[in-house]
Formats: sequence, structure tokens, C-alpha cells
Amino acid sequence: MRLFFSSFLLLIGCFHKEDEIVLLNVSYDPTRELYSQINQSYQKFRSSQKKVRILQSHGGSSKQAGYILAGLRADVVSLAMQTDIDKIAQKGFIEKNWREKKPNQSTPFYSTVVFLVRETNPKKIFDWKDLTQPNIQVITPSPKTSGGGKWNFLAAYGYFLNQDSRTAIQQVKKLYENVPILDTSSRSSASTFIQRKIGDVLIIWENEALLALKESKDQKFEIIYPSMSIYAQPMIAVVNRTVKLKNTEEEANMYLDYLYTKEAQEIIAQNGYRPIDKEIYEKYKNIYKEINLFKVEEVFKSWEEVNKKIFSDGNLLDEVLK
Amino acid sequence: MNSPIYYSKKIKFFIIFYTIVYLVIIVIIPLSSIFFKSSELNLEKFFSIAFNLRSLYAYKLSFLSSLFSAFINSIFGLITAWVLVRYDFLGKKFFDTIIDFPIALPTAVAGLTFGNLYSKEGEMGKLLGFQISYTPIAVVIVLTFVSLPFVVRSIQPVLEDMDLELEQAAASLGANPIQTFFYVTLPYLFPAWLTGFILSFARGIGEYGSVIFVSGNIPYFTEISPLLVVMRLEQFDYAGASAIALVLLTFSFCLLVLLNILENWTKIK
Repeated sequence: MRLFFSSFLLLIGCFHKEDEIVLLNVSYDPTRELYSQINQSYQKFRSSQKKVRILQSHGGSSKQAGYILAGLRADVVSLAMQTDIDKIAQKGFIEKNWREKKPNQSTPFYSTVVFLVRETNPKKIFDWKDLTQPNIQVITPSPKTSGGGKWNFLAAYGYFLNQDSRTAIQQVKKLYENVPILDTSSRSSASTFIQRKIGDVLIIWENEALLALKESKDQKFEIIYPSMSIYAQPMIAVVNRTVKLKNTEEEANMYLDYLYTKEAQEIIAQNGYRPIDKEIYEKYKNIYKEINLFKVEEVFKSWEEVNKKIFSDGNLLDEVLK
Repeated sequence: MNSPIYYSKKIKFFIIFYTIVYLVIIVIIPLSSIFFKSSELNLEKFFSIAFNLRSLYAYKLSFLSSLFSAFINSIFGLITAWVLVRYDFLGKKFFDTIIDFPIALPTAVAGLTFGNLYSKEGEMGKLLGFQISYTPIAVVIVLTFVSLPFVVRSIQPVLEDMDLELEQAAASLGANPIQTFFYVTLPYLFPAWLTGFILSFARGIGEYGSVIFVSGNIPYFTEISPLLVVMRLEQFDYAGASAIALVLLTFSFCLLVLLNILENWTKIK
């Protein structure tokens, strides 16, 4: 037994190099490329003082939060939605006031929801209200299983509330009646629209739309910016429980702060996300068109309210999908 | 008398003991945790989650599509097993090997492949002139694919072991080939066939990864019950998820009990 135990320790020793700090960043699906570039740049930036290695994990935002609740030792999280981090904070793994810990409500970059349509925009889709027309097929992931699906839903509902709060639910319902397939994640929705060529319009994160334009070879798409859309805030936080245990608090904070530097903001802008740094934003303004963006708090008061009145069982979302 | 060492009392005890411990750790503890988790809900809440209209539609789809695919598999699986055992042809080894492929293939890959193939832009979709993806038929097709090996692999060894003299005896006693098949061969294969059918059925009930890529996941229409479990999990509603899981578990359990009863019954006959 003792032999077994000591050989086990030896094994761990082999993987843990002296003087090297290892951080695990648990993030959501489409940020893989972004963080691998940022991590490289950060490791270079730190290399004169310390050897740092950042590991990344990607998956559906809520699923990732679930893994951390179940015990996955993430040093930092960078998830698609405030609710997912709140859920971890409720269990005490992250400090309650995490949103005030980092600049811009712990949001180092933002994005929005746009439309991707086929070349020449044959169905003349320009705004949310066009998606409710009877002969339009809309592709969007299920708000039940996908973070992107939730943002899309809120963007649409927010727009219709702004138009006329009395008919908003009716309009959203019409929109979702035009959805022939509710994929479980944003990526599967994108493949339904792009590879399987189903639907007239794909509702999608701006960064994913930009990626689709860049990568599609045999077919052409156009990005349509609706008159109004949502300020989609992926957020970051240090996971207190892990960093206390691993003694990595300082490094984890330094890593997250690094996301706000000019270097990181530049990488962010190159990867399809909107940087919060004014200067960098100006530089990339021709890509990230200025449109009317509303925050969740401005229209729906708070995320608690959103979850209670819209996404939880038997409420608005279930009503719309009926 | 020198009996083999594994019949010694002590060794026998240990082997049985470890088998039970192993099964408890791998099967019983995880399954009973579903039970405990769902007991966090009161009865009324449990019923409103597990048996609301949307869940009922999902059970219906899961049940019927698994049943259909098990039927398809039990007919073509019997023929396939027959061909592989009784006939010799070029490439037999190859076809025998690909029977197991659906089990080895990651289910998501299967789902994506079928989804692309049978959508209106896919090769099969173009060939047929209409789109099968995103309908309950697509669900039946993928389930047939993922549960293909069960019937074939259940019947195959039994058919291999079957004494040809049985059939020859029947023939010499004046039975025509059709009578021989229905009165001698089929009853002999029946228990194995049934096992294959029920395993394939049970597999279909629990399948998730491949189906979600082809079904379209429209509530009340093409939404399968394991997807409802995943939805609950995404909302951190673990108790709700285990409520639906419990229904599926109970159903599969009943199927397997039924299988045992039928097996015993056919043995007695």
C-alpha cells in the first residue's frame, strides 16, 4: 500500500515541474482560438519572471459551470453568461461580489447577436420583424440547452418589447414558429445553416458570423446588422476556492488583468470579439459596426429576473415554444 | 478428487464477493443516486416534471421510434446473421466486422453523418427528392443504425451452435423447408432473437448523442426524452433531471425484467 502511494506521488511529481505555475481557464465553446492566442502572448509576457502554463477547457457555458460545481478545479472562469458564474458563486467557490472585481463589470470584451443570410439576401431580411414573416425559415439553437440560444432569444424579445410591449410575446412566438430545427448548441445550428444549407437566416454571435464569412469557400454569406441588438457579455472571475488551495491567487488575477491590456485587446479584436479598449475599437471600427446595443439590465432589470420570468420552467420560453 | 482451484470454498467466496462489490460500485450506487436525487422533489412536483404534456410526447417518440427500429433490426438482423453463418461469399469477413461498427463509432459522428446525408442538400435527400432529417423517421433510421449489432450478435452464436442434424431430421420426417424453418429453426433461435430485440429496444430508449443531430429537437414533435434530461441539467435542475431519468430507468428495468421472464418461459417450453 505504501509503495503504491509513494509511486503515485512520484507520478504526480513528474508532471509538476518545479517553479512552474499552471492555471486552468474554464471557458465556453467558441473561445478556443482566442484564448490559445492570448495564453501564448501571456506566457511570453511572464516568461522573464516566471514560467507559467495556462490550460484551457471549452464546452457549453452552463455545462462548464456544472463541472466546476461538481469539483473541476478551475483557477479562472470565462463563461458566456453571468448566470453561469453566479451559480458557482452561490455555492461559495467564487466571491459574491465578483462582478466588481474586474473592470467593466468583469467583462473584458463583448459581442452581439447578428443575422447571417445567404448571398444577395434573397429574402430581404433586414431586421428582427422580418424574421416573423410567414415564408422565412430561421435557424437558432434551443435557448434551453445553449447559451447562444439564450442570447438570441433575449435579443429578439428585447427588440420586440422596445417596439410594442403589448405584442412582444406574440412576435417572439411567431419568430420561433419559423424555426424548423432547434439544435442543442450554436455550433450545430451553424452547421445546419452552412453545411446542410437549411434556412434563410441564422441568428448567431457576431464573432461566429465573422468566422463563417472567413471560412466558407463554396458559398457566400452576408452579415446583416439588425437595427437593435443585445450587448452580449461574456464574463470572467477568479475561482477563489481553487486559487486558495493551489496558492495561485496572484497569478490568476494577473492573468485576468492581462485581458484588459492593449496587447490582449488587440488579439481579442482580431478574433472577432469587440474590444472594450476605445483605442483598439477605433482601429477595428470598420469590422465592428456601431449599432444600437442594449444591456440585459436595461430591458429586463436583472439576470435573476430573466431566469425567473423567462427561462425557468413553465414561463415565457415554454409558452413561446408551445 | 482433484477439483479445480476455483472451487475451493475460500476462493469461491472471494470471487463472488468481489463480483458483487464491483457491480455495486459500477451499477447500483450510480443508479440509486438517481433515485435519491429525485426524491428531493415532492410527489406533486415529480409528476408535474416527469409527466407533463411535453415529457409525454417525448416518451412517446422515444418509445415508438425505438420499437420500430428494434422491429427493423430483428427482421434484418435475423437475415444478416443467417447469411453470415450459413453462406460463404466473397468479403464475408469484412461484412462480419462492420456489424460492430455502430458500437465503436462515436454516436455524435453517426448523428452528423446521417443528418447531412438525409437533409435536403445531402446525397440521400437529393436521391429521394425529399428531406428525411428532422422528422421522426430520421430518429428511427439512426436508432436502427446504433442498435444494429444487438440482434445479429445475439443470434449468430446460437445459429453457429445449432446442429444441422435437427433440420435434417425434420426434413427426413417429411417436413418441407418452410415447415422446417418455422417449426424447428425459428423456435430454436427464438430466445436469442428476443434478447436481441429487447437489447436493441432498450438501447434506443437511452440513445442521445446521435439523435439530437438528426431530429431537429422540436418540442412536442421530434424531441426525445434523454434531451429533456440534458435540458434540466443545463438549468442546474439536477432533481428535475433525475425525475425524468428515473422514468426512463424504470422503463428500461421493466424491459429487462420482461426479458428475463420471457427467457425463462421459453426455456420451460
